[in-house]
Amino acid sequence: MDFLRPTTWQEALAAKADRPEAVPIQGGTDVMVEINFDVRRPPALLDLTRIAELREWSMAGGHCRLGAGVPYAAVIEHLGGPLPGLAQAARTVGSPQIRNRGSVGGNLGAASPAGDSHPPLLAAGAVVEAESRDRGVRMIPAAEFYLGAKRSALEPDELIRAVHVPPATGPQYFSKVGTRNAMVIAVCSFAIALHPRERRVGTGLGSAAPTPRRAYEAEELLAAELDWEAPLDPALPARFGELCARAAAPIDDVRGTAAYRVHAIGVMARRTLTWAWNDHLEKRAA
Amino acid sequence: MRVTFTVNGREESAQNVWEGESLLYVLRERLGLPGSKNACEQGECGSCTVYLDGVPVCSCLVAAGQAEGRQVRTVEGLAEGDRLDPVQEAFVECGAVQCGFCTPGLVVQAHDLLSRVARPSDAEIREALAGNLCRCTGYEKILDAVRLAATRKAAR
Repeated sequence: MDFLRPTTWQEALAAKADRPEAVPIQGGTDVMVEINFDVRRPPALLDLTRIAELREWSMAGGHCRLGAGVPYAAVIEHLGGPLPGLAQAARTVGSPQIRNRGSVGGNLGAASPAGDSHPPLLAAGAVVEAESRDRGVRMIPAAEFYLGAKRSALEPDELIRAVHVPPATGPQYFSKVGTRNAMVIAVCSFAIALHPRERRVGTGLGSAAPTPRRAYEAEELLAAELDWEAPLDPALPARFGELCARAAAPIDDVRGTAAYRVHAIGVMARRTLTWAWNDHLEKRAA
Repeated sequence: MRVTFTVNGREESAQNVWEGESLLYVLRERLGLPGSKNACEQGECGSCTVYLDGVPVCSCLVAAGQAEGRQVRTVEGLAEGDRLDPVQEAFVECGAVQCGFCTPGLVVQAHDLLSRVARPSDAEIREALAGNLCRCTGYEKILDAVRLAATRKAAR
């Protein structure tokens, strides 16, 4: 095994172009588990922790540009205002030690259907900034990024440089089912983002299909039927929950059954819509 | 490969490090620092917690090469000579140690908490220690120890 240690982004792109089989490593919270358990023996590790810019974030052009190496701890500490859904999800990741190392970029790279970042990124309409030495930058909407269980749209010579997330213009919530309130891989999870200016609601399902995914029909229901000036029609959250549950295509596994996951997605969708709507009305009243 | 970094204030080098090796393995097996414990190897148990550049991490999930040139502080580096850190003293006095395997990780993690939050609430203590597992069911005494250490540190 080789250990590649680029110190600049250009060096990292060159290393990945020359060695597409190299596995990028940031916080190591996924990659090292696979190596420790002999699940994976990559020919090379590409350490990205020496590239300082990957740990930076900025607000520009109406987006929050989050460097691929920004740890969850920083998302929680600094970005709860503009990115409340992602910050809520970040608070549920692993333990403090894991949140000090793990990053949204790493979550995207691993592309596990259970990754906690994915539902809020989908609901917010995030875009992944990928780059290769030979073809330059490619902007991939989150909804097109996840291709299969632990498979993403990333090409072998590409690296994730950042993720661009529109700052919240309305309430956002993340909900996650697990056996305890820490150190839990989601049994399933759900994110919602209200976009009042566009009269639209974004959704994201986690650990409920081969990939994280949006519940398009449920989003269309709310776009068509929500009255943004009024309290929720009492029947709407239940119908929204049903359509979100219908968007799920989960499996039975050690963490839960498919039937339970479908049910739980419906419940979380209904609840998070209600919470978000209450916040929305409160803000309007204020 | 060769990896060189600062451990508890001293520069150390390890030779013939395998590229997929963890920082924990280097500390325990190559540098003779067995205080950090090897249990789950997947970041679940917290018994390998060390400071990396001042931030507590699971050393089993840090590739050894990632520590090159960095500052590592292990449980062995908390005491000043023979004088235990208040967190260590409190663990001893409160009986927060049973088999002792989880203790080094808990001590480092509690040490970090008290360096950031002088008088943490019980909820803050539980949150900070959520990634450190004790299988002797000693959490109540561990909480006692962290509270005692906070009181002692605040009084100094």
